[in-house]
Amino acid sequence: MSENNDGESRTDPADQEPIPMMQRLLDNPFLLLLLGILVPAVFYIIWGIIEITQIPIAE
Amino acid sequence: MANTTEFRTCPTTGLKVDLAAENLIKANAVAAIVFLAVGGLFGLLVALTRWPAVHFLPADWFYLALTAHGLDVLLVWIIFFEMAVLYFASAVLLGSRLAGPKWAWAGFGLMLVGAIITNIAVLRGQSSVMFTSYVPMMAEPPFYLGIILFAVGALIGCFVFFGTLVVAKQERTYQGSIPLVTFGALTAAIIAVFTIASGAIILIPTLLWSLGFVSYIDPLVYKTIWWGMGHSSQQINVSAHVAVWYAIAAMVFGAKPLSEKVSRMAFLMYILFLQLASAHHLLVEPGFSSEWKIFNTSYAMYLAVLGSMVHGMTVPGSIEAAQRARGLTKGMFEWLRKAPWSNPAFAGMFMSLVFFGFIGGISGVVMGTEQINLIMHNTLYVPGHFHGTVVAGTTLAFMAITYLLVPLIFRRELMFRKLAQWQPYVFGIGVAGISLFMMGAGTLGVSRRHWDMTFADAQLPFDYPAAAFLMMGLNGVFAVLATLGGIMFVVVVVGSVFFGRKLGRDEKPSYPEVPPQAAAVSHYGSSESLKIPGTVMLVGIFFVAFVLYYFVNWKYLSEIWPLS
Amino acid sequence: MAITPPSERIWWKEPIAKIELIWIVVAFTWGLIMFFMMIYWHGAGEQNLSNEAYKTTALKFSQKAEAMIDEYTVREENGFPVVHPPPGSEVYLIARLWQWSPILELEKDQSYRLHLSSMDWQHGFSLQPVNINVQVHPGYDMVVTIKPDQAGEYGVVCNEYCGIGHHNMVGKIYVVD
Repeated sequence: MSENNDGESRTDPADQEPIPMMQRLLDNPFLLLLLGILVPAVFYIIWGIIEITQIPIAE
Repeated sequence: MANTTEFRTCPTTGLKVDLAAENLIKANAVAAIVFLAVGGLFGLLVALTRWPAVHFLPADWFYLALTAHGLDVLLVWIIFFEMAVLYFASAVLLGSRLAGPKWAWAGFGLMLVGAIITNIAVLRGQSSVMFTSYVPMMAEPPFYLGIILFAVGALIGCFVFFGTLVVAKQERTYQGSIPLVTFGALTAAIIAVFTIASGAIILIPTLLWSLGFVSYIDPLVYKTIWWGMGHSSQQINVSAHVAVWYAIAAMVFGAKPLSEKVSRMAFLMYILFLQLASAHHLLVEPGFSSEWKIFNTSYAMYLAVLGSMVHGMTVPGSIEAAQRARGLTKGMFEWLRKAPWSNPAFAGMFMSLVFFGFIGGISGVVMGTEQINLIMHNTLYVPGHFHGTVVAGTTLAFMAITYLLVPLIFRRELMFRKLAQWQPYVFGIGVAGISLFMMGAGTLGVSRRHWDMTFADAQLPFDYPAAAFLMMGLNGVFAVLATLGGIMFVVVVVGSVFFGRKLGRDEKPSYPEVPPQAAAVSHYGSSESLKIPGTVMLVGIFFVAFVLYYFVNWKYLSEIWPLS
Repeated sequence: MAITPPSERIWWKEPIAKIELIWIVVAFTWGLIMFFMMIYWHGAGEQNLSNEAYKTTALKFSQKAEAMIDEYTVREENGFPVVHPPPGSEVYLIARLWQWSPILELEKDQSYRLHLSSMDWQHGFSLQPVNINVQVHPGYDMVVTIKPDQAGEYGVVCNEYCGIGHHNMVGKIYVVD
């Protein structure tokens, strides 16, 4: 990780380069966990349940 | 904790192995294989009953066996094995101690107790409600209780995996990012958390309902949330077996991923969108809008399918590139012809890749098309499809990596090498046959989960076409073949684990061949010069098959009665 | 290797091989085609579900079905009434353990608003050999407008497991010229 490496190898200029944002995202398991639960919970479960509750009642 | 952890160094790979993790991997793998054997046996009984000329079980036993088959192989076998994969991909691949091995054992215990409770509940005969247990059909309370305990145990296992990632990072057991295989396992673990949460949300009230504390469970709500578990649990498999493909490609060929970025983004597509496909089961239900159906069934514009198609190129592509780097450069396919086809780890993995793509993958996307689902829903096409994904894909891949786990983790010499060498072919061809013939019967309209396709005792007569009976007979034949392959697997693995020669501390296993890590291919040349013509050809054939089959099914759909 | 950490510290900036990039574009485009194909079929295709549905009860639904049966029964067959409702009308098919009731007699090339609901557990409406398959829930009335385009005798198989008599649950629809 960047914060680990920065201290150890200041002499190597390549290590000074900040880690790109997408790589940081992919290196963060808990952020991925959050997204992996949030997306299906919102689009599949919550939206789906809302649709079920909106089914009209037959006469 | 840290100073009590014991490690050994693997003489083959040089990996540092936490012995507590090793024992957990062994326990979970053994439990998995026991339930594979039990569930597989029930599967054989089901197939023999659906073979019209044999019609083996009476109706009540058939529905019981089918319930047990679904639970034991679709849930218990694969999730136990996935726990082994998670511990392997975290502790072993990161060279770290496992976070909270006691928790992991508690999770294992809960899973085992839960699986046994549910099996007993099913065998008692009053809970033949199928794997899906759709309300308002009610099972006995222990049926639900067992699944809940199993799920809680698996959830603990997932948290041990996440904990191990944290420990490894804090203790700096690795540099930079986690390995790609661990990232694939992380994908599986994330999907598992969603899966288990969905299961708990719906099965706990259902348990209370079967106990009489809750009076009503809405069948549509049940089905929606249940499939958040039921389908997503199969997406854990997809992520896990893709990780296993990469692992075997690395261990057998020293293959390096073509691009870390591309492969990880493909896994990210899984994390974000794969679980939306739970809607595949709700395309012909009352009440959902087409907007909801189309968005979810397409995994948000097929982005998760994009992920699978990427893995479908990068896994064989990395093998081809590694083989070419070693000088197998003749023609388009020398790299593949001269691949170690007698190594069951490779043979199983490559067949898993091909069958998952061509049989399970294509049929899944076609069947998950909103309108095309009308001509397939609840026919035998559905089990045909998922035997292509879960059995020919996941189970075959898990069997393949077991051939590496036995020498490397169980530290036993593999026995019955000839049997092991043929096993992936017998099982793979058997399962491919099962999938194709069930899909064929489904196309002819035959219902799934159905004891008597002749309708001999029905009040009104109806006949399926004769070709459907032929398909079900062939399905039975191939199920026998697959069972044979399953028995070969259990004999080789159980034999080796209990009676195989123990490997010495620093002894390298002689079979299957695993080149030392130093032999890894580090470089394939620049991104401009990468040459993988064989893989391009394979992927091209796949794509043409996919497009043709997709539109053929729209043609079939256009021929049925107009509906609106 | 895939079982070791990436060799580059910043792997995100490694260039992607051209062939991989081409495949990604092809696969993404194919995904879009498949996505828009479903939307296109809603406009251009003739086989779509309306998604029209109502919350109902077994009692309410069976009353409507009985009213239709009383009015339009033309004969009996194996103990089931055979109902010939007028084209364009509301048609009710009851699913229950383990029967589809009544037998329907429809006219070719005429539209009917078919209502499906279950009296007890879930069932599966599987019209054979046409191979149209729709799920039937208790407590929900699902409306499908059907237009039979070929005369003949059709079976209605239950294809959702519904207990020990599931495999005996067969109904019938006649389509007449």
